[in-house]
Amino acid sequence: MRNTDIAAPDYFHKVVDCQWACPAHTPVPEYIRLIAAGRFSDAYMVNWKSNVFPGILGRTCDRPCEPACRRGRVEKDPVAICRLKRVAADYKDDITERLPKPAVIKNGKRIALVGGGPASLTVARDLAPLGYSCTIFDQDPTAGGMIRTQIPRFRLPETVIDEECGYILDLGIEFVGGTRIDSLKALLAEGYDAVFVGSGAPRGRELDIPGRKEAAANIHIGIDWLSSVSFGHINKIGKRVIVLGGGNTAMDCCRSSRRLGGEDVKVIVRSGFEEMKASPWEKEDAMHEDIPILNFLVPKEFTHENGKLTGVVFEKVKAEYDAKGRRNLVPSGEPDQHIPCDDVLVAIGQENAFPWIERDIGIEFDKWDMPKVDPTTFASTNPKVFFGGDAAFGPKNIIWAVAHGHEAALSIDKLCQGQDINDRPHPMVEIVSQKMGIHEWSYDNDIALDKRYRVPLRDKVVALRDIKAEVELGFDLELGLKETQRCLNCDIQTVFESKLCIECDACVDICPMDCITFTENGEEADLRARLKAPAKNLTQDLYVANDLKTGRVMVKDEDVCLHCGLCAERCPTGAWDMKKYLIDMTHADDLCRTRHQSAA
Amino acid sequence: MTYITKPKFHHPSLPKNALGYTHRDYEGKVSTLCAGCGHDSITASIIEACFELAIEPHRVAKISGIGCSSKTTDYFLNASHGFNSVHGRMPSVLTGANLANRDLIYLGVSGDGDSASIGLGQFAHAMRRGVNMTYIVENNGVYGLTKGQFSATADRGSKSKRGLTNNDNAIDLVAMGLQLGATYVARAFSGDKTQLVPLIKAAIEHEGAALIDVISPCVAFNNHAGSTKSFDYVREHNEAVNRLDFISGRAPIHVSYDPGSTQVVEQHDGSRLVLKKVAADYDAHDRAGAMNFLAHHAAKGQIVTGLIFVDSEPEDLHRHFNTVDKPLNTLSEKELCPGSAALEKINASLR
Ligand SMILES: Cc1cc2nc3c(=O)[nH]c(=O)nc-3n(C[C@H](O)[C@H](O)[C@H](O)COP(=O)(O)OP(=O)(O)OC[C@H]3O[C@@H](n4cnc5c(N)ncnc54)[C@H](O)[C@@H]3O)c2cc1C
Ligand SMILES: Cc1ncc(C[n+]2csc(CCOP(=O)(O)OP(=O)(O)O)c2C)c(N)n1
Ligand code: SF4
Ligand code: SF4
Ligand code: SF4
Ligand SMILES: [Mg+2]
Repeated sequence: MRNTDIAAPDYFHKVVDCQWACPAHTPVPEYIRLIAAGRFSDAYMVNWKSNVFPGILGRTCDRPCEPACRRGRVEKDPVAICRLKRVAADYKDDITERLPKPAVIKNGKRIALVGGGPASLTVARDLAPLGYSCTIFDQDPTAGGMIRTQIPRFRLPETVIDEECGYILDLGIEFVGGTRIDSLKALLAEGYDAVFVGSGAPRGRELDIPGRKEAAANIHIGIDWLSSVSFGHINKIGKRVIVLGGGNTAMDCCRSSRRLGGEDVKVIVRSGFEEMKASPWEKEDAMHEDIPILNFLVPKEFTHENGKLTGVVFEKVKAEYDAKGRRNLVPSGEPDQHIPCDDVLVAIGQENAFPWIERDIGIEFDKWDMPKVDPTTFASTNPKVFFGGDAAFGPKNIIWAVAHGHEAALSIDKLCQGQDINDRPHPMVEIVSQKMGIHEWSYDNDIALDKRYRVPLRDKVVALRDIKAEVELGFDLELGLKETQRCLNCDIQTVFESKLCIECDACVDICPMDCITFTENGEEADLRARLKAPAKNLTQDLYVANDLKTGRVMVKDEDVCLHCGLCAERCPTGAWDMKKYLIDMTHADDLCRTRHQSAA
Repeated sequence: MTYITKPKFHHPSLPKNALGYTHRDYEGKVSTLCAGCGHDSITASIIEACFELAIEPHRVAKISGIGCSSKTTDYFLNASHGFNSVHGRMPSVLTGANLANRDLIYLGVSGDGDSASIGLGQFAHAMRRGVNMTYIVENNGVYGLTKGQFSATADRGSKSKRGLTNNDNAIDLVAMGLQLGATYVARAFSGDKTQLVPLIKAAIEHEGAALIDVISPCVAFNNHAGSTKSFDYVREHNEAVNRLDFISGRAPIHVSYDPGSTQVVEQHDGSRLVLKKVAADYDAHDRAGAMNFLAHHAAKGQIVTGLIFVDSEPEDLHRHFNTVDKPLNTLSEKELCPGSAALEKINASLR
């Protein structure tokens, strides 16, 4: 293998598994260390810069970072990255002084944003401080999009939404609520320099089976029902409720039902329990509230009497795999089951709908009737129109909407400044050695053996009485602090200098994880098998350094390195050093960046 | 010195031996030696050898003298018996322990000062008596612990860190071991574990006096230009006579080898050593030949490493003394105090 190019910005970024996995590339270990140091406001600002909604995401994020977290490979469970974000938000001081101010001098460019969800809000936040005049249109009266209309209050209090949407709207952004855009052509005709479409995926999928029309009064489309609950238009449901579907909408529907009079609430899915779209913790939360999840049941018919729903008939299926390993659900042969109920909530998926976008304004649509969107620049085929969030590639989640928003804002900025939007700047990387003395490091390199701490919950009886009572109480300071100690500081990188190495093996001998090997060079597959501990995780890179005196190579498997720095402590010549790599993604709001990056 | 303790976590796919232990289970405390010390690599090699042999740690007695090298018994096999004796006295403490309990595995760890200077006499007698043990000398050519004075194994003409030249002749412990009748004699380099680990495994399996002289650079006081025990010097002058590829326990050897280039040594307990020859004409069974070979290469400034001599029919001290075949602590009072009639008989035989 050739020398690893550690100067390439992605190499060490990938080692920070959580940050790499985060769509917005939040510098996770950096904010966790700040929390550990009691610097909650600083930790909040590191988050705010990257992911815009720390308080909201600290309660609701889909957390792609956690399955990626190295701690999960070293022991059982990842660091509670998401809930630590909430700790930063809960314990911060008033941070309004640290936020960018509305631009005093406008740059004369006008941007229209359709939809007031996280995608549009991110675009506006990045652009407004630079002098852009941003106008957000939403059919709903308040900003937040599905964060406000879909996510139930027992998971996310409205005060948090108000606070974090407020930080953005206070940047001098015009929010036009209660206004639906019915024609993009007309909007473009108003002479905006760019239009961002962040209208989400607002249509819930229908279930057209016999009895649907007859029993319609008691069959509700999940996302419509949730927004009605959210706006207070609906405040009760029948005693026996069936929720169809296995994604996060289904989980929010069933738990909301439990709080609105549902006593016997069931979730029923076509697939197996394991393949459900909902995250493991969402399923856990539902089951904790006495909601059983029944699987391999396909709804066949709604039964009704005198125009009133009486139940649902299901066919029992089983999974079979074809030669290509694809799963098919086939009848199991067991008799159909009739499950009686008073109400059904249909939560089997969401779709995009763009009836308000004319097809003759230069925006091409594909065969699934989705706009053609560039995955890097988020430009459509009309150079002035950009898409992001659920509107771009179908329903995802908040953090993806934020990530899209940052990229789209960068494109819009470049477009308006007459630059090439395809020329994307590299992230900014700051590299600092952590060495303070022979055995002293400016980070806490001792490894805590603690298992993952659980977030305390409100008493179930109390929680189920009030749909607005937040279930999770958040970590208190003591638990939060303990949880921070589980982070392995994966951004404190082991950096090797061949020229200094005398091949004494001290680092090899001390490394608790058998990461380091000195051996004859070879092809990657061959090397992976020959290391002190076999490097079977192909998603993790090998760090290879040539130019050793004996002609061998140093190979470090990044997979389960604890970043404990013992290699650097034991090295007699300083050939290993522990260096902090602070990777800062490029956003449109350069102003924001220079002001907030150096919290550390 | 390291301030944090070595984390308990280990690699998730670390292999386990027949006892279900990983190599981490054979560790001791974190070393307090200078970072980069060759002795730490020998410690790691002992750990690896014991792990691979699936030795139960409580069946091992690790005994040492005084010196950085002698401190290392604290850094491996936490769950073993141990005795840190006085300077140069490891061999007699080990001999005594071995006489009392012949069932334990004896690991003597010493330094060049400990064995070739103050303890030379002890060293010599343990070798000539054939005590069943693995005697490891961690040889850095200096008194590391007392800040780097030349030891008796420092080569004539080599230079100290401060520029002084050593004018005394060097003691070659391997040559002495051969001359004194050790039945397993090897030399290795701490910087080459692939060579060292099998040599330690074979020495542990050997039922007689096994000596391994391990050149082990002292990074603080003897790793400069002009030293003959530095990483660079040893790497440049290393002449391996053979590579001990593996030893199998009682299991059959299932690796094909070319009989012309390998030598198979049957050990007394049925285990076998497979030696891959590097020097084609070298015979590890020939004691006198080995001594010649050694002297010849030493004159050329070469450091001969590998398994230099092995006697496949070793005898040990217990055999010479015809001692009881059980550890003394398992004998009952009746056997230990056979009564006045037995005493009378012994006295009569001496009259
Ligand atoms: C029940 C449910 C629970 C969820 N829970 C989570 C969760 O816990 N964590 C998570 O990360 N994600 C969750 N999501 C997904 C998440 O809410 C969305 O992925 C995210 O809000 C998408 O953001 P967006 O900015 O693309 O659009 P949206 O948030 O959907 O916002 C789009 C806005 O545009 C408005 N709009 C649409 N068309 C027009 C128009 N023509 N004119 C004017 N306004 C218009 C809509 O009213 C809406 O306010 C959940 C989704 C649902 C349905
Ligand atoms: C009886 C006695 N004399 C002298 C000393 C001082 N002393 C301690 S260690 C040492 C030399 C150790 O050298 P070596 O065995 O080579 O060990 P190293 O530190 O080099 O590994 C000496 C002379 C002592 N501890 N006891
Ligand atoms: S241990 Fe910390 S830095 Fe490493 S992946 Fe997990 S959260 Fe990120
Ligand atoms: S920091 Fe160094 S010693 Fe610690 S686990 Fe990583 S490679 Fe091993
Ligand atoms: S401890 Fe330092 S000098 Fe020794 S092998 Fe490791 S990197 Fe090289
Ligand atoms: Mg010494």
